[in-house]
Amino acid sequence: MRVSLSSTFDLDGGLGGSVDMHAETIADIMATLIDRYPSFQQLLDRGVAVSINGQIYRDDWTQPIPADAQVFLIPRIEGG
Amino acid sequence: MGHEQKYVDKKYEVVGTRFNRPDGIDKVTGKARYGADASAPGQLVGRVLRSPHAHASIVKINTSKAEKLPGVKAIITSADLPDVTGGDQGLADILENCMARGRALYDGHAVAAVAAVDEQTAAQALKLIDVKYKKLPHVTDVDEAMCESAPVIHDRIITRGVEPKPTKPSNVAARTQMGHGDIEAGFAEADVVIEKSYKTEQTHQGYIEPHACLASVNPDGTAELWVTTQGHFVFRNVCASLLGLDIAKLKVTSSEIGGGFGGKTHVWVEPVALALSRKANRPVKLVMGRDEVFRATGPTSSTSIDVKMGAKKDGTITAAVAEMRYQGGAFPGNWAMLGCMTAFACYDIKNNQSIGWDVVVNRPKVAAYRAPSAPMAAFAVESTIDELAKEIGIAPIDMRLKNVAREGTLAPYGPTYGPIGIEHTLKAVKDHPHMRAKLKKNQGRGVACGFWFNIGGQTCTDLNISVDGTVNLTLGTVDVGGSRSSMAMIAAEELGIPYEQVRANIADTTSLGHNDMTEGSRGTFSSGMATIFAARDAISVLKQRAAKMWGITEEDVIWENGQALATGDSHSNLPPLSLKEIAAKSGRTGGPIAGHNEVVADGAGMGFASHICDVEVDPETGRSTIVRYTVVQDAGKAINPDYVEGQFQGGATQGIGWALNEEYIYGDDGCLQNAGFLDYRIPVCSDLPFIDTQILEVPNPLHPYGVRGVGETSIVPPLAAVGNAIANATGVRMTHAPMSPPRVLAGIDTLEHAS
Amino acid sequence: MSNATLVSTTVNGDPVQFACPTDESLMTALRNRVGLTGVKEGCGTGDCGACTVTVDGSLVCSCLVLGVEAEGREVTTVEGLSQDGELHVLQQKFIDHAALQCGICTPGFLVAAKTLLDRNPNPNETEIRYALAGNLCRCTGYDKIVRAVQDAAKDMRKASKKRR
Repeated sequence: MRVSLSSTFDLDGGLGGSVDMHAETIADIMATLIDRYPSFQQLLDRGVAVSINGQIYRDDWTQPIPADAQVFLIPRIEGG
Repeated sequence: MGHEQKYVDKKYEVVGTRFNRPDGIDKVTGKARYGADASAPGQLVGRVLRSPHAHASIVKINTSKAEKLPGVKAIITSADLPDVTGGDQGLADILENCMARGRALYDGHAVAAVAAVDEQTAAQALKLIDVKYKKLPHVTDVDEAMCESAPVIHDRIITRGVEPKPTKPSNVAARTQMGHGDIEAGFAEADVVIEKSYKTEQTHQGYIEPHACLASVNPDGTAELWVTTQGHFVFRNVCASLLGLDIAKLKVTSSEIGGGFGGKTHVWVEPVALALSRKANRPVKLVMGRDEVFRATGPTSSTSIDVKMGAKKDGTITAAVAEMRYQGGAFPGNWAMLGCMTAFACYDIKNNQSIGWDVVVNRPKVAAYRAPSAPMAAFAVESTIDELAKEIGIAPIDMRLKNVAREGTLAPYGPTYGPIGIEHTLKAVKDHPHMRAKLKKNQGRGVACGFWFNIGGQTCTDLNISVDGTVNLTLGTVDVGGSRSSMAMIAAEELGIPYEQVRANIADTTSLGHNDMTEGSRGTFSSGMATIFAARDAISVLKQRAAKMWGITEEDVIWENGQALATGDSHSNLPPLSLKEIAAKSGRTGGPIAGHNEVVADGAGMGFASHICDVEVDPETGRSTIVRYTVVQDAGKAINPDYVEGQFQGGATQGIGWALNEEYIYGDDGCLQNAGFLDYRIPVCSDLPFIDTQILEVPNPLHPYGVRGVGETSIVPPLAAVGNAIANATGVRMTHAPMSPPRVLAGIDTLEHAS
Repeated sequence: MSNATLVSTTVNGDPVQFACPTDESLMTALRNRVGLTGVKEGCGTGDCGACTVTVDGSLVCSCLVLGVEAEGREVTTVEGLSQDGELHVLQQKFIDHAALQCGICTPGFLVAAKTLLDRNPNPNETEIRYALAGNLCRCTGYDKIVRAVQDAAKDMRKASKKRR
């Protein structure tokens, strides 16, 4: 599957972009990204949320990802 | 989790009706206890000494005279709050913001604190603390702070998000960029292009209750904190981390909260009060004064924003670009990033790009304020859309409808939208009688849209059924705007019992698992979901008990209208068992009956609104008066419409205040000049008309009732709605908020001179 | 406590004595010495109205009055509004109309609204808005507060007609 990154994220120099991987859950995505891009950990520390088919998930990393889902990593937001 | 989160359309008995809140009587009789209303045996009074300078080195703090004053029990400086944050820069910033560490970073930055036997002694002790400052150059304006020549506030800040990586530190903490499409091609397609620059001034959440807490730390490391907060579990975790306490040993109780709006999601005096108590070994009550609230707590960013938008003659927006500069106060934040995410979110614009710059200045650390960062971006974008519409000759409402985002639209921040309600709100606005109300001389009408995310987060809820059938619902999300009534309604709905049979309470941190803050419009969404699931848990126990009482299998029991029914032909003679009857026997059928749920309430929806504003501008004075105001917002599902309307009206009014009056005014010395409600003027009753509301319900697919958060979005459209109304009343496009009388008058003068 | 003065006064109809420093506000004295924490501090400078009480029937911000000035006067706070175990009509209407969210400003609004209705049983919307303009509310946008006062005024007029 293809995981797209918000253009606010910089992975090894480049802004945004996408990464192809196999992932069944959000946790798989995070593990793969840390594995391939060690600097992703810093982004994770600052806060990352995952949009699966337009629904935003902030916390539940056990969330399963449907086969042909649109997956987008965006900054984790807070509110007032 | 085992419970179905998906939306199911159904008929409600309780939800969607209007019930009185359970805490109403306490609040109208003065019995309700807020942050400053608690006391403890032997308690001391805490007070904080604050920097009178915008930026200064703290050369020396001499506390010896103050220490000798009879009645002074403890004095602390940053030395009493050693850094135990273990390299977590975010936490270290919070610690430094609570108490300056060698350098005062803004006017009002705490430098020392005192605990004494009474108010007079504490005040006298503050005067006896001798602080030797060495003034440093300061900068408070966001644009000036970005200049090469500006004094650099933190040597450690190297701009993130810029390639190649800068080698020198600056005040620019980060650059953010998002969007999609081909901007140049988009502008090439446009028949009309509008380019404008905007400024918005810094505002404060303006909760009427100042920050207040009562802290007590024992020598064995156990501690208690009574505090006005939007999230006592998070306060517990943060305070414990800053003071090196074990999390479970710090018991935090949330008082009634006298307004928060994001400003009570951050700690300020709480770690200080705990440190004072630790040193004095006595309880310490610390209550901020209003001037301290303004000088040292949670304002929102001031901004400077450039917007360029292009459209075809038929109104299609072909390209949109925004460059936004947000100051985060003396510490880096991600406020510009939030501006980028929201700026064009209401629209389907093929080619769009938002660039954000997060900047530090010598002002208090910015905190979230109701849909943080969105109102400023909306002011710039929604004003520009009206200018485009004017240039093309199309009605602003039609221009918006022509470009509105729908299910399937690619959001500017990346993903594709699910079902969203912005188009519904715009259509409702177009059909609203307000749009046909006659305008008088010097009056104008403006429309504007707004967007804010909702968040879900960690939630934990208990539901306990008493032997008489009454129900205790135990919640961990602080009730900021009446959510206890909504939660009790949800429990009643699920169990099939009257609302009055449920009592909703907010538990302290030792009585329930972790709950995230009441922020991000999440309270009713997430605790509502946990309440539904906890009630369904309890129902399954009730069914088990009924089966036992009847001596049949559980599979033959269903729950309907507050009672257990036996199904199947063989059991048709069994009379129903009510919740009360089952509860009465619970002691002999297996013990207390309870439901529980812990959930990460992900899948929160999006909040969209469209507002209509009529304004009358006095051409002599430039004063603008709101004549009519209407809020149309998608709530997903309104649990208690009274309090949904209240959120709409309150948010709109805060936005109106921001649009017309409210601003932080800094002198050349970098000090705040209007740290009080007299000079920082929030709207009063006589400033406003009734605020009309219309609740739309486009269900959120990932909540059992379809609930969306409603708390924040209503502050997003007003700045532009007011600005657009002023433009229509006067012909003057205001680009600087607040649009206070002098600014509007200057605009009118400029227009008259030009013609 | 230096310069303490003994003050004899009447609060919500009851005789009360307290000792306070001569520079202490009535607000602080009511909260800390009489125990009436329904009197709220929002600003301490008379700008927000959260500490509104009446002294001899006059509406005041108790943060701008000294505790010692209460000597021999009659002070009424929000705690004195309900009588004989019954909520005052205004109190009930504030709950019914959802005229409070956080509720910190509510005591001040209730005292101010009662003072208005005592003097003018039939105020129009503008009169209500100006009578309450000294009380800040940050949650509600005042909409439901004004409606609650209008509704309470209506009920109070009906009740007083019945009594006559």
